[in-house]
Amino acid sequence: MSRTIEIAGHVLDHVGDRAEAEIVVSGGESALTRFANSFIHQNVADEGYEVALRVAVDGRVNAATTTSLESLDNFVDDTIGVASLQRVDEGWPGLTPPRDVVDPKHFDAATAAADPAERAGKVADFVAAGPGMRAAGYCETVGHDVAFVNTAGHRAFGRYTRASIDGIQQRNGAAGSGHATSQRIGDIDGGAVGSLAAQRANQGLDAFDLKPGEYEVVLAPECVATIAMFLSYYGFNGKHHAEGQSFADVGAKQFDASINLYDDATDSRALGVGFDAEGTPRQRLDLVSGGVVKGLAHDRRTAAKARVAPTGHGDPGSEVWGPLPTHVFLDGGDASVEEMIASVDRGLYVATFNYCRVLDPKALSVTGLTRNGTFMIENGKITGAVTNMRFTQSFVDALDQGRVHAIGDDARFADSEFGPGMMYVPSLHLEGWNFTGGAGG
Amino acid sequence: MFDLARAAVEGALAAGAQYADARVVISKNQSIAVLNQEPQSIDQAEHAGVGVRALTGSAWGFYATSDLTTAAARRAGEQSAAISHASASVPGPDMPLADVAVTEGFYETPSDEDPFSIPISEKVDLLVAVTRTMQEVNGIALASGNLSFWDTNKWFVSSQGHRIHQHLVESGGGYDATALGENETQRRSYPQSFGQYETGGYETVRKWDYLGNAGRVAEEAAALLSAPELEEGEKSLILEGSQLALQIHESVGHAIELDRILGWEAAFAGTSHLDLENLHTHKYGSPLMNITADATLPGALGTFGYDDEGTAAQRVDIVKEGTWVGVLSGRDSASIAGLAPGGMVRADGYNRLPMVRMTNVGILPGDSSLEEIIADTKDGVYMATNRSWSIDDKRLNFQFGCEIGWEVKDGKLGRMVKNPTYTGITPRFWGQLDKLAGGDEWIHWGTPNCGKGQPMQVAHTGHSAAPGRFASVRLGVRA
Repeated sequence: MSRTIEIAGHVLDHVGDRAEAEIVVSGGESALTRFANSFIHQNVADEGYEVALRVAVDGRVNAATTTSLESLDNFVDDTIGVASLQRVDEGWPGLTPPRDVVDPKHFDAATAAADPAERAGKVADFVAAGPGMRAAGYCETVGHDVAFVNTAGHRAFGRYTRASIDGIQQRNGAAGSGHATSQRIGDIDGGAVGSLAAQRANQGLDAFDLKPGEYEVVLAPECVATIAMFLSYYGFNGKHHAEGQSFADVGAKQFDASINLYDDATDSRALGVGFDAEGTPRQRLDLVSGGVVKGLAHDRRTAAKARVAPTGHGDPGSEVWGPLPTHVFLDGGDASVEEMIASVDRGLYVATFNYCRVLDPKALSVTGLTRNGTFMIENGKITGAVTNMRFTQSFVDALDQGRVHAIGDDARFADSEFGPGMMYVPSLHLEGWNFTGGAGG
Repeated sequence: MFDLARAAVEGALAAGAQYADARVVISKNQSIAVLNQEPQSIDQAEHAGVGVRALTGSAWGFYATSDLTTAAARRAGEQSAAISHASASVPGPDMPLADVAVTEGFYETPSDEDPFSIPISEKVDLLVAVTRTMQEVNGIALASGNLSFWDTNKWFVSSQGHRIHQHLVESGGGYDATALGENETQRRSYPQSFGQYETGGYETVRKWDYLGNAGRVAEEAAALLSAPELEEGEKSLILEGSQLALQIHESVGHAIELDRILGWEAAFAGTSHLDLENLHTHKYGSPLMNITADATLPGALGTFGYDDEGTAAQRVDIVKEGTWVGVLSGRDSASIAGLAPGGMVRADGYNRLPMVRMTNVGILPGDSSLEEIIADTKDGVYMATNRSWSIDDKRLNFQFGCEIGWEVKDGKLGRMVKNPTYTGITPRFWGQLDKLAGGDEWIHWGTPNCGKGQPMQVAHTGHSAAPGRFASVRLGVRA
């Protein structure tokens, strides 16, 4: 039996009938091998368990977390004691009743057992793929168990693994990037990722400054992951929507008909466990189908307010930041990157975005920069490298009807600015992107 | 707790580490959030564990466990050394460590009121009152407030003989009012965007007069909806102190991190436009620009007694009269660069590897005042409180948005403008600094959310600043 189940059971027993309570115990080992200047310089791992307890005493709610397993009983007593002193929470949605939770089986024993030598091997492959270059990045493995119990009698357990490699190759001021994430370390090919980064770095030599303006673009999956993340965080977030801060208008055609976006933690490619921190089973949630906004992510609190069923997005922090889709898939198309580039008369191919920040959440206007590969396309061919550019662009407008020219056949996990393993997306060919500044300002 | 840390160090040395240090950390955090007079979350977190760092050859190995037993601590030490050894398959030059004084010491944050002794109900009542006041203003759809407190004990031991206990207390919070328009949101925050945080107790919250400013903040948010957009152009830009603090954080603080300059953060946080060959000659800004990294400033958020590798807190000159003269460093990076270690290596909890972080990177006060600066400005814009921030991986090309702006014409504040943004290139921008306030307008602003590193670490940093004016800045960039 997993230690997480054992700990969760102990906490539940100690709560007894003093409060409504939900308990999430997560733990295992995370390890990350980091390299720079083509050698491993930081190599870390940590193991342990975290207990999250949320209680309601006559509608008075309190939440707490601890890593101190030696004093769990005190932790429970204190959490209940503090709750009893609070105001009644009129929006307390109650506990998830017992229900079936399907295990999506996102666990790979080899990944959970990966050792520093195996991660170093992936790093060595990445570095070797860029001879004469300076490589930097990381290889990470995670193996965690998660147990959920509540006083309503609901139980759930899951385990998941994740392996990622992410890095850049640098040469004479040019840099190119590559990324891969999977449930299985066996899927991670450090050499292939390093080769893509090296290819982009080589293509990035002798970059020139391009005049700002609107350009047709082909965006690699890392850029699209950032777009999808911002759409999810600011738009398909049930709390933001209830507060009037979201662009999303459920039932309205707000995107090009080719856009199909959904959140599905049960997809065989996804990461994580099959339930959220409130015990709600995760399931497929259509966000956009045929360009029409279909749904929003909800935890129990926002779902109760909206009079809909919770969608399994009650994750830690959702009470403040709102429920967020983090198992997002954008349906791939049938165009290769080469075909998309070939169809552009004059435009840009962008490998990654960097440091994107929202100017206004409702309009979803965002400023950010290109990074690790910005290339000029002329007459259907990449003709040279461009120095990094700043853009200021509404991410909703960018995907508006008629502005999505093609969707790539290269969907994969891509690293958004919020971390790996959350966005599974392809490249996109878009009508235009508003670049507002070049390297010189 | 020193015994646990020592066991971890001994485990690492026995497993072949050349050098090892360990931190036992017990920390608690309390966060309270209220939206529209209703508590959104009352969260308390306690983290306890030991993290041990082992150096072998060119790489740090680090292992952390939440199991606070002697056996687990020793095992963590052994693991850290094993991880360090595994790095040898992709080796680099040996990582040297600069010499520092081996210290046995104790440091405690001065504070008047233990923030954890103040009842949660009193904190909730404050935020409910503040949000009620904001909601009484027509047009305010969302009124939110937050308070957060941290209490951290660290016991540090190194294989060279360090033995240091620190007790750090940090407190703060803030609130904001949001008005919703047809296709826009307008927000005003107080004391600054994301709140104001300092080292110290609950007195740091009381001094900001939360209730007394709530009505004004809400009225400004509501008024922004009908204010005109800032027109695009090139004018004098006057920045309010907290925005200048963030400008320092992003375009100076990160750029002077020695690990970035050495390429250690190239893949994620980025590098720097600075080259060590130009230390002491590079013109960072105008002669009014004097920047220090000072971990000894009473009350500032980046203040401590010792960093997380046992080096005593210190003040280091970074920019003197516009010339770049210093960096943020730790024992390894400083040694490689041939510089004195700055005592600026910190970790986000027991389970993260210490790395170069900002302490209190701030600008020394000028001799003017906001009133004098406005009176001296013929045609410009005054912007206050950050709303968006973006800067490239070399910390050169930036664009900031503020919550509110006012036109300045012929020495007087004019009409309010919304969605004010400005953009620039770091050394050019700082070279245009031509007026700087001081006196009681010089404030130790705190940034509680500085992200860096992989795995991600969040640091609390301080940035002393006062209002300042920059000539000929590009304003009003939009989608």
